[in-house]
Amino acid sequence: MTSATTAHSVVEPSITTRRFAGSLVVLYAVITMIPLVWIMLTAFKSPDDAISYPPKVMFKPSLEGFCNLFTTRSRQTPEFIRSLGPPQGLCDSIARSRNMVVAGPSNYVPRFINSLIIAFGSTVLAVALGTLSAYGFSRFRVPLKDDLLFFILSTRMMPPIAVAIPIYLMYRTIGLSDTRLGMILLYTSVNVSLAVWLLKGFIDEIPREYEEAAMIDGYTRFQAFVKVVLPQATTGIAATAIFCLIFAWNEYAFAVLLTSGNAQTAPPFIPIIIGEGGQDWPAVAAGTTLFLVPIVVFTVLLRKHLLRGITFGAVRK
Amino acid sequence: MAEVEINAVSKAFGKTQALSDLSLTIGDGEFVALLGPTGAGKTTALRLIAGLEQPDSGSIRIDGRDVTGDAPADRDVAFVFQQYSLYPHLTVFENMAFALRAPTRRVPEADIRVKVQEVARLLHIETKLDNKATQLSGGQMQRVAIGRALVRSPSIYLMDEPLSSLDAKLRGELRLELKRIQVDLGATILYVTHDQTEAMTMASRIGVLEGGRLMQIGSPREIYENPINAHVAARLGQPTINLLPAALFGGAPAGAETIGARTEHLTIARGGGDVSATVKRVEHLGDQSHLHLDVAGRPVVTLADPETGFGAGDVVSLRLNKPLFFDARGWRVAA
Ligand SMILES: Nc1ncnc2c1ncn2[C@@H]1O[C@H](COP(=O)(O)OP(=O)(O)O)[C@@H](O)[C@H]1O
Ligand SMILES: [Mg+2]
Repeated sequence: MTSATTAHSVVEPSITTRRFAGSLVVLYAVITMIPLVWIMLTAFKSPDDAISYPPKVMFKPSLEGFCNLFTTRSRQTPEFIRSLGPPQGLCDSIARSRNMVVAGPSNYVPRFINSLIIAFGSTVLAVALGTLSAYGFSRFRVPLKDDLLFFILSTRMMPPIAVAIPIYLMYRTIGLSDTRLGMILLYTSVNVSLAVWLLKGFIDEIPREYEEAAMIDGYTRFQAFVKVVLPQATTGIAATAIFCLIFAWNEYAFAVLLTSGNAQTAPPFIPIIIGEGGQDWPAVAAGTTLFLVPIVVFTVLLRKHLLRGITFGAVRK
Repeated sequence: MAEVEINAVSKAFGKTQALSDLSLTIGDGEFVALLGPTGAGKTTALRLIAGLEQPDSGSIRIDGRDVTGDAPADRDVAFVFQQYSLYPHLTVFENMAFALRAPTRRVPEADIRVKVQEVARLLHIETKLDNKATQLSGGQMQRVAIGRALVRSPSIYLMDEPLSSLDAKLRGELRLELKRIQVDLGATILYVTHDQTEAMTMASRIGVLEGGRLMQIGSPREIYENPINAHVAARLGQPTINLLPAALFGGAPAGAETIGARTEHLTIARGGGDVSATVKRVEHLGDQSHLHLDVAGRPVVTLADPETGFGAGDVVSLRLNKPLFFDARGWRVAA
C-alpha cells in the first residue's frame, strides 16, 4: 500500500522555523480577531461608553444594546412615565431611565428569520443541485462536457451585482421582488456554479469501482449514489455548504436592492438600526454579534467533516 | 451456480481493441482462469460479463438466458475488484452485508448476520467484523473483499486479480484457501490473473489471453505441455521457456524455425559435446539453482540440481529431449 503523494517537504522544519511560522499564525489570528472582539465588547456597552474617547476596554456591562436591538421605543414626558405602572421587564426599565417606553418589538427577529430561511434554503438547494450535476459530469459521457463546465464557471466571472438591474426588472415583472423564494432562487443560482465545480473535484476522487460494486450487488445507480457516493463525499459537501452559506448569509447588495418589507434579510437591516434614535452603536454591535452566531455554529458542527479529509486507507493505489 | 457462455464478444475503447472475438464457456461449478499480461483485456472481459461495459458485438448468456443488454444488478454475478474493494465508511460487517442489504434482495437481518458470520469464519476474519474497513491489514482487506462476494450465491464469481496486491506468502496462503472454498461451495469462478502459479494451481482450465485475443484454452497440463504457439509457451513455466534457432541443433522437423526448450527438455553434461555451452552464472535458490548458459551467443536459462556443482566458466554439452518446435510466425510445428 503506497500512500497518496503529498507536497510535504521531506526535511523536518527546524525549531526556529516552526516558532516563526507559529508566531505568524498567532499574529494573523490576533489581527483578524481584534475587530470581532471590539464588536462584541461594544454590544455590551452603554451608548455613552461606546462613543467615549479614548475607547474603554474596561466598562460596566449593559444590555441596553440588545434591548434597543429587539425593541422600538417612543419618547415620553417624565410625568407620563411616572403615571405608568411598574416597568415591564429589564428593557422597559432601561428605556424609562432614558425617558422612553417600549413601543413594541423591532424588526430584527423577522429579518433574522428571513436570513435563516433564505441562506439555508439556498444553500440546501445549491448543494443538492451541485452534487447531482457534479456526479453527472463526473460519471457520464455528457455531450460538450467541457464547454458546459466552462459555461457554468463563467457565470461566476463577473461580479453578480453587474446583473442587478436586469434581475430587478425581471423580478418585478414576474412577482419575485421582495419574496423569500426570489432571494433563495437568486442565491442558489449564484452558488450553484461554485458548488458544481467544488463537488466535481471531490466526486472525481471517489473511485467508480465503489458504485460499480454496489450496482453488481443489486443496487440501482441512484441507490448506489446515496449509499456509496454521498457518504464518501461528505467532506466535499460540508466544505461546499459552508462556502455557499457564507455567501448567502453575508450578501448585501442584492438584498438592499430586491427586498424591503417582506423578505428583507439581516444585512440591510442592521445598519438601519443606527438611525432609530441617534448613534446607537451598541444596538448595531449587538445585531452584528448575533448575526455571526449561525455561521460559527454551522462551521463548528461541520468541522469534523472538514478536518477528516478524503478517506485514503481502504483504497489501494 | 450456472453455466456462463461468452459468444464472440468484442470490445474497443476508441482505437484500442481491448477484446477481440472472445468465445468461452465456463461450466457449472468450474474454476476457469484467464491468464495474460497487463493490458491483455482481462479486466475488460470480466466487466463485460458483469454488465459494467456493453460489448460492441457478440452475446453473453448466463444459465441459458441472454443477458447481453441487462443491467449489472439483473445478472446475478459477484465481482471481486482488483482494487478499491472495500467501502471505507463502513465496518467489515457492513461491507460484507452490503450486497445482502440491497433493497431488491429483502434478506431478513437475522439471516444476514448468520451468513456474514459463516463466511467470516471461512475466511478467518470473524474477530474483525466490528472494525472499520480502513483498520485492516492488506491481507485482511482482501479476505473481506472476497467475503463480500462469498456471502452471495451468484451464478458466477468474477475475480479480477484478487491476490495481486499481496505479498508472496499471503498470496500462497489465500490461493489455497480460495481453492478449498471453491471446491466446498461448488462455486463457478472466472478468475483473472497475470500470475501463472495462481492459474496453474487453482484452475481446472486456463485461457491464455494476449492482446485481447484468447490464444488457447485447456487444462493447465494441456497448456503447459501442448502450447499452440510460442506466446502461450512463454506464459507458463519457470524459468521461462528458452526459444532458440532450430539451426543450432540438428533433427528439427520441416518448417520449424524455433526450438522451445524448457528445463525438462534439456539434458546437461559436463564437458563439450555436439552442442557446447558455457555457464555464465549460477543463481542458488536453495533447493534448486538457475543455470544461465551461453549457447552460441544466445542466453539459455535452466534449472539444475545444486549437487551438480556447476560454476561460472564451466563448459557443458546440451542435449535436447523432445522439445517443442515453432514455425517462423511462432505457431507450433508437430515434432
Ligand atoms: N475505459 C477504458 N477506456 C479506454 N481504454 C481502456 C479502458 N479500459 C481498458 N482499456 C484498454 O483496453 C486494454 C485492455 O485493458 P484491460 O482489460 O484493463 O487489461 P488487463 O486487465 O488485462 O490489464 C488496455 O489497452 C487498456 O488500456
Ligand atoms: Mg486488469
